[in-house]
Amino acid sequence: MTRIEQLFRTQPHVLVAYITAGDPAPDRTASLVAALVRGGADLIELGVPFSDPIADGPVIQRAGYRAIQQGTTLTRVLAIARQIRQTSQVPLLLFTYLNPVESYGVARLARDARDAGIDGCLLIDASVEEAEDYVRAMRHEHLDTVFLAAPTSSERRLKLIAKYSSGFIYLVSRTGVTGEQSNVSTSVAPLVERMREVSPLPVAVGFGVSTPEHVAEIGRVAQGVVVGSAIMSLIEKYEGREDLESHLEQFARELKGGFAP
Amino acid sequence: MPASSLEPQIATQPDSAGHFGPYGGRYVPEVLMSPLEELENTYLAARKDPAFQQELDHLLHTYAGRPTPLYYARRLSEQLDGARIYLKREDLLHTGAHKINNCLGQALLARRMNKHRIIAETGAGQHGVATATVCALFGLDCTVYMGEEDMRRQRLNVFRMRLLGAKVVGVTIGSRTLKDAISEAMRDWVTNVSTTHYLLGSALGSHPYPMMVRDFHRCIGVEAREQILHAEHRLPDAVIACVGGGSNAIGIFHPFLPDTSKDTGVKLIGVEAGGTGPELGTHAARFSGGSPGVLQGARSYLLQDEHGQISLTHSVSAGLDYALVGPEHAWLHDQGRAEYCSISDAEAMEAAVRLSRTEGIIPALESAHAVAEAIRLAPTHRNQIFVVNLSGRGDKDIDIYRENLKEMDQGIAPE
Repeated sequence: MTRIEQLFRTQPHVLVAYITAGDPAPDRTASLVAALVRGGADLIELGVPFSDPIADGPVIQRAGYRAIQQGTTLTRVLAIARQIRQTSQVPLLLFTYLNPVESYGVARLARDARDAGIDGCLLIDASVEEAEDYVRAMRHEHLDTVFLAAPTSSERRLKLIAKYSSGFIYLVSRTGVTGEQSNVSTSVAPLVERMREVSPLPVAVGFGVSTPEHVAEIGRVAQGVVVGSAIMSLIEKYEGREDLESHLEQFARELKGGFAP
Repeated sequence: MPASSLEPQIATQPDSAGHFGPYGGRYVPEVLMSPLEELENTYLAARKDPAFQQELDHLLHTYAGRPTPLYYARRLSEQLDGARIYLKREDLLHTGAHKINNCLGQALLARRMNKHRIIAETGAGQHGVATATVCALFGLDCTVYMGEEDMRRQRLNVFRMRLLGAKVVGVTIGSRTLKDAISEAMRDWVTNVSTTHYLLGSALGSHPYPMMVRDFHRCIGVEAREQILHAEHRLPDAVIACVGGGSNAIGIFHPFLPDTSKDTGVKLIGVEAGGTGPELGTHAARFSGGSPGVLQGARSYLLQDEHGQISLTHSVSAGLDYALVGPEHAWLHDQGRAEYCSISDAEAMEAAVRLSRTEGIIPALESAHAVAEAIRLAPTHRNQIFVVNLSGRGDKDIDIYRENLKEMDQGIAPE
């Protein structure tokens, strides 16, 4: 059983925290992850920055740009994962686009990610139709492959997504790019329901989740809630300050508190 | 058995998932998969519908100005004393380039899908102007994304789009050029899928765009083939076109793909932007300087660094200044059916001056790359016939011509 499967089996509510590795600097990421985990994050999505992030809103675009400027490569992110693993067993999910992964080599990445203590991978522009080789390589190393499902996905597609996913399925709460918004979409409950009809896998819902109220609302229908841009906003805001970690820890704690007891 | 059946068979259509060999496909966030399927289904139905074809043909004829002439460039050919060079005059179309062919087709599709909002990306502004034009024609809401750097370089086209009623949104992230404008248009589309059609301007992106955009430009090659047979009573030896995303090139190449016989075979030559040199970041020659990868929805040859980050590109011509080549070109390249070369900024400039002075035709900088390759090859190919796709006219580039030709001290831009 992977760490991700274990997590969803044992925790009634799962707070998934996204962080762009390397922002504000590669040697700071492990410490920021530790702060998120102290605050209550149950699973960390470790974002590998890509030069052309078509699915990301302005906050994560800027974070990725800064991270690349800081010399953050996939190799460096694996080193960061190893650093995190020295002190923590928190499940780690690599989150990126296909091209940097193919450039590294899919089979090579699967091996190296496994060795670095990574538990799974999510490639946002790898549609299930194009993902067979990638999924096979990851499964060979017992890594989970997480795919997105969207309100616009047909039933045929939901079935394909379920077939290629392991660990959990990431449901996109609304159409759009990553980013904060004031109200989370009402379309998410029907999507959770449709997904449940085709797959027994646990689900986490993301895109636009930024407050404990959102967590509460989504936590009523889904086991996992993903927060990304709101975390990267905070990192951007407190970038040059030593108390960044305590702000992140506090924020994670507030988010986690959103789940019903 | 007829001799031709022994010739290598060239696949002229992608598979059902949009693959040209290993290239093309669909590499997009899940949200975009359903609108791509909708577009594919709508297009495949329209393609079989005579009423659709008839309406498109009528617009191409009465509004855009098709068919365009195939013009024998006599003085240029005589000066070069080699191949006979014909120009396919897409520069004479409404809005000044081939782009209008695709825009009319996609606007008709948007109407069939009942989508009243159109978004588009533009580099130099030619596709943006053509999109704004068809949106005015069909009464559609139009938003064009354009890198701020390109807006600065192409102020006139920004104004033209606004005059036509389009909203032009400056893109401030990344290199602030075409690549970033496409990313921003995709982000808009992902957010507004139910009301919006993304009118992509080249044979790029996810299936069905590369196939569909090609089909809308196929009229260029169909006409050229018929016209050259009429003028010379034989097929040309080579068809030459510039390749950015590659829509004008695939449009003129495609009807010649089956012409592979030993005696009457037609060589297809794509010309990429050589920029200022062979180092990464100074050109947009994807075949000589790139490798297969995935960008903005498709797999093809791509300029990237050793970590898989997309490289910056350079060309004096904004329309060729893009990191990925259209996927069907990648396939034609690997099969050896088309060959690809590059022409530098300076060679393109020189060709533009030469064409202006020998034929009285000022080409777009993009098209000047194709003209330059014809000029390079012509002297050593006596008795051959070349067809060059003159994909656009040079009006949009006058400021760039002035700036560059002053530096070259050709004395044609006195202050």
